[in-house]
Amino acid sequence: MLIRSYGDTLDDGAVQLSFTLPVPCDTKGREAARLYVEKLGFYHVDIAHSHALADGFSFYVAYGKTGASVDYSQIHAEEATGEKLYSMQESCDIIRGRLGRKVVIVGACTGFDAHTVGIDAIMNMKGYNHHYGLERYSEVEAHNLGAQVPNEKLIDYAIKVKADAILISQIVTQKDVHIQNLTEFIELLQSRGLREKFIVCIGGSRISNKLAVELGFDAGFGQGTYAEHVATFVIDSIIIANHNYE
Amino acid sequence: MNKLGLPEDQIARARNLAVRIIKPVMDFIDGHTTVAVERASLRLAGADGADSDGVPVPNIVVDQLKDRLEGGALRWYINALLRTGLTPDGLNAQIADGLKIKDFPLSDPQAVETKAAQITAQYLARIETNRLHRETKLEQFKDKNHSPLLYVIVATGNIYEDIKQARAAAEQGADVIAVIRTTAQSLLDYVPYGATTQGFGGTYATQENFRIMRVALDEVSEARQRYIYLTNYASGLCMPEIAAMGALERLDMMLNDSMYGILFRDINMYRTFVDQKFSRMINAFAGIIINTGEDNYLTTSDAVEKAHTVLASQFLNERFALEAGLSPKQMGLGHAFEMDPEIENGFLLELAQAQMAREIFPQAPLKYMPPTKFMTGDIFKGIAQNTLFNFVSKFTNQGIHLLGMLTEAIHTPHMQDRALALDNAKYVMNNMADLGDEIIFKPDGVIIRRTHHVLSETLDFMESIARTGLMECMEQGAFADIKRPRDMGKGLDGLVKKGDDYWNPIEAELKIRLGGA
Repeated sequence: MLIRSYGDTLDDGAVQLSFTLPVPCDTKGREAARLYVEKLGFYHVDIAHSHALADGFSFYVAYGKTGASVDYSQIHAEEATGEKLYSMQESCDIIRGRLGRKVVIVGACTGFDAHTVGIDAIMNMKGYNHHYGLERYSEVEAHNLGAQVPNEKLIDYAIKVKADAILISQIVTQKDVHIQNLTEFIELLQSRGLREKFIVCIGGSRISNKLAVELGFDAGFGQGTYAEHVATFVIDSIIIANHNYE
Repeated sequence: MNKLGLPEDQIARARNLAVRIIKPVMDFIDGHTTVAVERASLRLAGADGADSDGVPVPNIVVDQLKDRLEGGALRWYINALLRTGLTPDGLNAQIADGLKIKDFPLSDPQAVETKAAQITAQYLARIETNRLHRETKLEQFKDKNHSPLLYVIVATGNIYEDIKQARAAAEQGADVIAVIRTTAQSLLDYVPYGATTQGFGGTYATQENFRIMRVALDEVSEARQRYIYLTNYASGLCMPEIAAMGALERLDMMLNDSMYGILFRDINMYRTFVDQKFSRMINAFAGIIINTGEDNYLTTSDAVEKAHTVLASQFLNERFALEAGLSPKQMGLGHAFEMDPEIENGFLLELAQAQMAREIFPQAPLKYMPPTKFMTGDIFKGIAQNTLFNFVSKFTNQGIHLLGMLTEAIHTPHMQDRALALDNAKYVMNNMADLGDEIIFKPDGVIIRRTHHVLSETLDFMESIARTGLMECMEQGAFADIKRPRDMGKGLDGLVKKGDDYWNPIEAELKIRLGGA
């Protein structure tokens, strides 16, 4: 099934764009913008708006149509948790019934990342947007180590508290600094022979499950993730792992 | 104009409580110095530069003297100037080459005093000249800045790229440019040297970067006949040093909170309390406006439930600032528009909080921070949120308005993001310029009741801090739900108890000039 963007008629391929060009805002600049959008593959290009940003920089709002399409039936993009999601109560019931002990989860912003909004949304008692965080789960022992935690220290801490899962939040992704840091974490875990000991997940506004798996993590959580998503994944993983050992 | 009818006696009681709460902390501060205070003092006596490994001269000196710091580092630096007969620049070069200044026998104390007085006068004169220059320009370009001041951030990591972005923003109407620091810098126990082109999520604060950006913004100021304020971050482990460098290079504002580093960077509380005092003395003398960090509480705690912790912290920051000699006009006390946009009448609560801060701190150029926590990546909704924020800021006559970016939660701002934010703010603030003067609030309405409630909660909260002690409260998680044990955190090993022979002519002279702060 081929699909393309929808404006007001199926398959019209309408797209809105806005961007800056490093040229003055004048007739020539607008024509440059139009041609540029055409080169991006759009037709029926309309430069709806332009204004000067600074000496030698101009801003454009453009509309265009595209003939490009994707085959929706061939798309593979699995969420870490799939369709099923346990509520806080369900999670706690499953842990109590199937494991008979608390699940220990350690979380942190690692490397130089100082932005704790993500890990706080998942872990803090209050949670985010009316979804309670893991600290609220009676059957979860949650340790939020906060910001700028070195990878080594996070691993040491996870060993100390016998963690089941480690959550890493990365918000700063400028110049791919998060990739280096996450790769270092996995390598460190592997070199210490601990990779199989923990469920390791990453999260952040620019993180996807696909990226996480590529980097060697068990799961990745992006926009719109709440504690329920993380808890569901961790619990299911533990149960599967336990089943294997039994 | 007073619209809320907040009880004067309650406000006065909060200020008295702040005095009581701060007192034991001030006693601690006065008995201690830190490696960062000593390095800042050295910088104000001319220590600068770095060795071939990039270790800054002030760090080399403090390392050489690490077992003598209870007496202060300046005696040995001044002594070395006397013994070698060199200028500070000449001495710095030799120290960078390995000269051990601790090996020089001490000169006659009178000669050291005289030399110190000369050096101190020289560097403080430079800061005074900077201050006068700023005041002259502000007078010359009077009424050209926006009210509130429109504040934007540049954060490319490369100082030369920052300049392009900063110039563009200033040309679009920004009054204040903050060069955000690279994400690691607050935890470095030294200030890198020279111009830098690589940082993550920001650019290193270095004295050379300060100078380069200052020159660029002065050019725009002259071209546009509007003074462009330059801002950086006197926070983290080098809080006082960055204040010193900012004073020498005529920065105009510094993020400079009394407790932020403890809570949000896990810096040891003793270290931070001592460092913030000296950094604020320097800012006070340099005429720099400080910005405090109360907005950060609301990124981890709920803005509706924890509004009283913001107000309490503003009272404490004000008291710490007064103790350091800052005038109310230099106190950009912070707060933020961070309530959940789904709350019914949330806008009224935001308006109430902003108006309350305005009336309780009438002279302070309040620093109002935009929505960040509930920005989602939906840039179109983001513009709507920022528009409401702009409205509240103008309506309640805030002092410093940090512009919200439609791409918050996505990436550091692109050039167009800043321009769109400036356009939005200029539109809203011009279109409703005098609305605040036209409107009074319903006596028993949501807004007035809310502010009276928050003030009364603040008093209860401050009473409990006064009973328990500020340091104890921070250990228990009273602010931002974050617990910080007093003997933990970064930088504790840089704390030094002052000896009987502690000598710091810069600090002494600053105290005199600030009227005995």
